[in-house]
Parts: sequence; structure tokens; C-alpha cells
Amino acid sequence: MEKIIDIQHLSKTFGNNVVLKDIDFSVNKGEVVCIIGSSGSGKSTLLRCINLLEKPSGGKIIYKSENILDDKHDVREYRTKLGMVFQQFNLFNNHDVLGNCTVGQINVLKRSKEEAKKIAMKYLQVVGMDQYINAKPRQLSGGQKQRVAIARALCMEPEVMLFDEPTSALDPEMVGEVLKVMRDLAESGLTMLIVTHEMGFARDVADRVVFMDKGVIAEEGPPEQIFNNPKQERTREFLSRTLQQNPAYIPSDSSEAQKIVKAI
Amino acid sequence: MEFQFILKTIAKYWPMFLRGAGITLYISIIGTVIGSVIGLIIGIIRTIPMPEKGLKRIILKIINGLLSAYVEVFRGTPMIVQAMVIYYGSKQALDIDMTPLFAGIFIVSINTGAYMAEIVRGGIISIDRGQFEASYAIGMSHLQTMTKVVLPQVIRNILPATGNEFVINIKDTSVLNVISVTELFFQTKSITGNNFKYFETFFITCVIYFVLTYSVTRILRFIEKKLDGPENYTLLDDELEEEKPKPAVLQNQNIIGKH
Repeated sequence: MEKIIDIQHLSKTFGNNVVLKDIDFSVNKGEVVCIIGSSGSGKSTLLRCINLLEKPSGGKIIYKSENILDDKHDVREYRTKLGMVFQQFNLFNNHDVLGNCTVGQINVLKRSKEEAKKIAMKYLQVVGMDQYINAKPRQLSGGQKQRVAIARALCMEPEVMLFDEPTSALDPEMVGEVLKVMRDLAESGLTMLIVTHEMGFARDVADRVVFMDKGVIAEEGPPEQIFNNPKQERTREFLSRTLQQNPAYIPSDSSEAQKIVKAI
Repeated sequence: MEFQFILKTIAKYWPMFLRGAGITLYISIIGTVIGSVIGLIIGIIRTIPMPEKGLKRIILKIINGLLSAYVEVFRGTPMIVQAMVIYYGSKQALDIDMTPLFAGIFIVSINTGAYMAEIVRGGIISIDRGQFEASYAIGMSHLQTMTKVVLPQVIRNILPATGNEFVINIKDTSVLNVISVTELFFQTKSITGNNFKYFETFFITCVIYFVLTYSVTRILRFIEKKLDGPENYTLLDDELEEEKPKPAVLQNQNIIGKH
């Protein structure tokens, strides 16, 4: 399988605080990878290092057989290949929904206004927000904002989509609509790297689950292994803790749950 | 004081009042606009992320140092003194002969620039980090991030403060009479030199200043409302609602099947 991003010996420190230690990790084309772990385990930092919102302290990030941490490498061009979705949506408040989706296309990809609009409409339809193109971010609900943010990232037609806890800032009843969009994207074959606390989603959608703990990748493997037969003690502990505290993490729309509902 | 005398003064000297008010408004409008542009430019430069090493870092440090010096000096000295130093200084030391009007606009502009630089910096800081990050994440440069995302919001947010500067400028151009700019205060002084009726004449000037500042305040409030845009949005009609096919997701993503 073709590796899109290959991370070698990546480390990140903030002052004396070591957040990531010697991470080796790669994302293959068409793969959906979920990163789970408790708060402070370095999941988000890893994601932010990948698109250089944080500058890694050491190691390599290989993209198309080039180390993008070399000084001479064009960071901006690389970033357009990665779509980023933030926990706090981070929509541009001065633009309406359509503007949010076109500003990058017009200024970075140098597309014409008409073309940018056409592409924006296409992806806004994908996330079900095409009716709202005139709305300003402040007029939208959290779930709607996040769907627009996903469309904005898709409009750049990236090779990988990075999601940084996309549902953590949402009211519980809005989590579903965002997860549904992400599920559709995953099924369409988009390469996705998702930091999430939604265990049910990770179990259903991921091809591979990565469990991070204290700045290292403690365990990775297919979801069946991580969720049903974790090899590491700390993975088991983490999962039992989260699932106990938040029974809602047990997927409401997973196949088993649906079977049960149907049976009733 | 007689009310009639006020009317008489207006009847006799209205062209001078009008000319004075015109010059006052002219200097303060141009001064505020140029000052705001200076402030925006300094704001952009001062928020450029500092490179970690190399020549660029040194150059940026020097520029930032100079800009700080500019802001501190012009905020820290009275405009009336700056007017004297710049107007007479440029004549004596540099042999540049500025007209009083040009000198006046120049002084008001750089003075406003110094204040606006801080106001803009505050405005930029108030935009949450996330929008910068989102903008960098889709590959925009610092300049694009500023012009397309951050500054439009900053300009909206600092509009009340800019209006404040404008009002202050209308009033403070009166100090330019020390370099004989023929603005409203200077004209009023000339009139009183003829009629010796200080109270009545300056009362008229007082009213003119207030009308000027009050109109400016109202106009800016109106612009603020305009910039905020409509309260509501319209949903786009979707005629094809029923037969809308499930959109073909990401077809041109050149992705081969997942498994």
C-alpha cells in the first residue's frame, strides 16, 4: 500500500515538557486511521505536527519521498494537500458559508470565482449545508459550523483529511450529524486521520486504531484488536475507564446496536 | 452678550468660519485615513511570526524596534510640540519648506498612526488564534491571512476606536494654529482680532466643532451597522429537493477503492 505520510522518529517538546517521544507512524492511501487516548497523551499535538501548526522538535515527516521538515521545503504547498478540521471549527467570521469555502481556493489554488463556487457547492452538498451559503458563521449551530468547516477543507481537494476532535466541542445532539458526514467521507474512500473520543465511531469506521499514551504510540491495530482484545494493559485500562464513565460512547448506530433495535 | 450680535457675527464672518471648518475637516479626514493605513501596516508587520534564526529574524527585529520607537515617541510627546519641532525643524535643519497645511496633515497623520498602531495590534490580538491556524492550514500566507481573514474583522472591531481618533483629530487640529494653519481655531482668533467679542465668536466656533464631531459619530455608527450585514440569512431554495441524488462524493479525488 502506498504511504502518503510517513513519520519517522518524530518528537516534540514544549520547554522541558516532552509531549511526543520518537513517534513512528504512517498513513496509507485510502485508509481511515483513528487516534484515541486520554487527554494530554499527545494525540492533538501529533496531528498539529503533521501539518506543521506545531514545529516538530526532531524527526522526519516524509511526504512524496521528501522530508518536509527541510528548511527549503515549501510548507504552504504541502499544507494544501492536508485538510484540517479543528475542534473549535475556526470558521472565518468575516465570510459567509460560501466565502469560507472559496477564499482558500481563490487565493491559494488560484481558481476562478466561478470554478471555486462550483466546487464549494459540490462539497457543501456533501455535508448538507448547500442551502446555507448566505449564512454567517455566527448564525449557525455548532454542528452546522463543523460541517461547513469540513466542506472548507474538502474544497482544497486534499489528499489527507486531518480531524482534531471534531465533535468534542459540540452539544450531544449535534454529534450525530457531524459523525454521519465523516462516515460518508470514509466510505467514499477518502484518506482520513481522526483524533477522537468517539469510541463507537472509531470502532465502526476506522481501518486502524492508534492508541496513544504519554507521548508514545502504545498500541495500534485493527479496531477489532484494540477494542476486543487489546494487547497492552494500558489500552485495556483506558478503554474500560472511558466506556464505563461514558456509556454513550457505546455506538448508537453500530451494527450490533441496530440489530438490537430491530429485534425490539 | 446679545443673541443678535451672534447672528451679526455669523452674517459678517460666515465665509471665514466655513473656510476654517473646511480646513479642519480636511486635515482630520486625511490625517485619520493616512494614520489608519499607517496603523494597519504596522499592525501587520508587528504580528509577522518571528523566524527562528537567520537574517530574516535580524531584519524583522530591527524593523520592530524602529516601529516601537516611532509609536513611543509620538504617543509620548504633545502634538503641539511635535508641530513646532517638525514645522520649524524641517525648515532650519533640513531646509525643507513645507506649507503649514502640508505640515499639519503630516503631523496629524503620523500622530494618528502611532495611536492606531496600538489599536490595530489590540484588534489583531483579539482575533482568536484558531482563525489564523485555519487560514495557515489551507495554505494561506501571512499576508493573505491578514488581508482576507483577519484585517476585515479587525477593521470592523476597531471602528469605534477609529471614530474616537477621528473626533479627537477634529478637536486637536486646533493646536495647529501655532504653525498658522488656517483651521477653525485660527480663523476664530482672526475674527476676534477684528471684533474683540471673544465669547460670542468662540461660542459659534464651539457649536461648529460640536456639529462636526457629532455628525462624524453618527456617520460612523451607520457604517458599523452596514458592515455588520443583515441580521438574517435566506435559505437557498432547492427545487430538486425530492429527486436530489445522493451526491457523488469526492469523485475527482483520484482515490482507488478503500480495501
